Amino acid sequence: MGHGAFSSGLGKGVLPMSLVFYLIAALTVAGGLASMVLKNTVHCALALTVAFAGLALFFLNLDAQFAGFAQILVYIGAVAILVVFAILLTKGSETPKDGVFSRTWLAGLAVAAAVFAVLGWAILHTAPMLPGATPAPAVTVQQIGQALIGRYVLPLEIVAVLLTAALIGAVIVAMHEKEGTK
Amino acid sequence: MIDSLDQIFVLLQHWLVNFLPASWQGAASVLINAAAIVCVFPALFAVAVWLERKGLGRMQNRLGPNRVGPYGLLQPIADGIKSLTKEDIVPLSADAAVHFLAPVLLVVTAFMGFAVLPMGRNMVLVDLDAGLLFYFAMGASTELAVFMAGWSSRNKYSLLGAMRAVAQMISYEVVLLLSSVVVVMMAGSLSLTKIVEAQNHYTWGFPHWYIFTPWGLAGFVMYAIAATAETNRSPFDLPEGESELVAGYHTEYSGFKFALFFLGEYVAMFSISGLGTTLFLGGWSAPFSFLTSVPSWIWFFSKLMLSIFVFIWMRGTLPRLRQDQLMNFAWKFVLPMCLLNLMVAAVWRFMGDGWLRWVVCSAILLLAYAAMGWGEMRRGKIGPRSYRYAE
Repeated sequence: MGHGAFSSGLGKGVLPMSLVFYLIAALTVAGGLASMVLKNTVHCALALTVAFAGLALFFLNLDAQFAGFAQILVYIGAVAILVVFAILLTKGSETPKDGVFSRTWLAGLAVAAAVFAVLGWAILHTAPMLPGATPAPAVTVQQIGQALIGRYVLPLEIVAVLLTAALIGAVIVAMHEKEGTK
Repeated sequence: MIDSLDQIFVLLQHWLVNFLPASWQGAASVLINAAAIVCVFPALFAVAVWLERKGLGRMQNRLGPNRVGPYGLLQPIADGIKSLTKEDIVPLSADAAVHFLAPVLLVVTAFMGFAVLPMGRNMVLVDLDAGLLFYFAMGASTELAVFMAGWSSRNKYSLLGAMRAVAQMISYEVVLLLSSVVVVMMAGSLSLTKIVEAQNHYTWGFPHWYIFTPWGLAGFVMYAIAATAETNRSPFDLPEGESELVAGYHTEYSGFKFALFFLGEYVAMFSISGLGTTLFLGGWSAPFSFLTSVPSWIWFFSKLMLSIFVFIWMRGTLPRLRQDQLMNFAWKFVLPMCLLNLMVAAVWRFMGDGWLRWVVCSAILLLAYAAMGWGEMRRGKIGPRSYRYAE
């Protein structure tokens, strides 16, 4: 178990970067598509998890360790679990008889295509405006932590207060219901 | 000589890799390391299962396995052959694809955690800057596998077991993370190799392990509680409570898939013990400075097996908790203590050297512990046992 074997071996890239990118992209898109097309709602949730995992792999592929692991921890560890719990507790897990497609799917498709076109257009037009080919900054997890506690401490605290309020709200809602049923 | 014995596995790996052309060496060394992990821990699993059955037998005043080989030592091999030759039954109404994927995902995520654990000096597969974060990310993914197993079986016991398991794992994961954060605060790094190095100093022959500080001891106790709950071990084995749920989320699994669940549970136990060792017990460092000549990996695996023994001991000693007790314990006792421990760690950090911080930090923790216990007693929660239905 040699120290630093990983960095010397895979760091330089056994596979070309673009191939890895296309593999992950295929996985993510397949997960996203499956989460729309599959009939069973729990299957859809699991497929969505695959898409989440693909996004995490993208972050890791770009050397963004913190974002990648946080994506796995939060989205696969918590959000996906929450989604399946919600599905199971709301009787939505039965497969609908009359197909999963809404009757207005054509309009939905048009709206989605329009949003995608606008986003794509915006991204393609901002790329040349960026100042040259600046190398991607190598940000360590420690730097992110220091920035969060130093410069961005106020937003962090506001988010913390918001989340605490949400938590207390959820508890109050749950408590109230329990008293009502007794 | 001593140094080469310490580094014997690293040297072995270099020797093996040198047979290959230079462009393949990086990938090959990663492969060899991964293969070593995938071989060593199932072997330890066999030993641990034998130890558990023998140990529990001893505690319950019976012999345990004693037919296959001397002292029943070959029992794990017999068990393995049995599970390989058994029929793999998938219920007719089960969701075949998810039913198949669940044990695979569980074992894979359980093994991933070992990638960042330093098992000896220079013995770590990937020395990640955010190693601890990686470990917890992988740990969080096992919950999904448990859910998949329970849901895809189409069995109410499986589903109930999975729901219990997921609720329990999410609750105790909060505790697990918060009790580890103290170590990160002190070591100033998320890298597990750096955390071990920060503890690998000696004063008067005694090590600077984090467990030998007030906040470290409190953190370790809470980590151990959370680790027991995360691995669904007794006294927190409600998801598999035989008397209520048959076998919980793996009720509908047979043959080798069941063996995979069994393996996954033990591998998770090894990896969580390994992390606890790394965070609080100094990882691969020796317990006394005069013992530093003993190879580092011996220390790591000794501490690991000691933790496994404590797991077995607890299983033989403690009765199972009730679901509401489990949740109350996590959210109303362990979590507040964890948050307090974070404050105590900050106090410790900013009081500087000296004996005063030992007194202050210990006093805060002991007072809080006593006050919480006293408060619960006064509210009359503890008294003679009352039965609601069984009177």
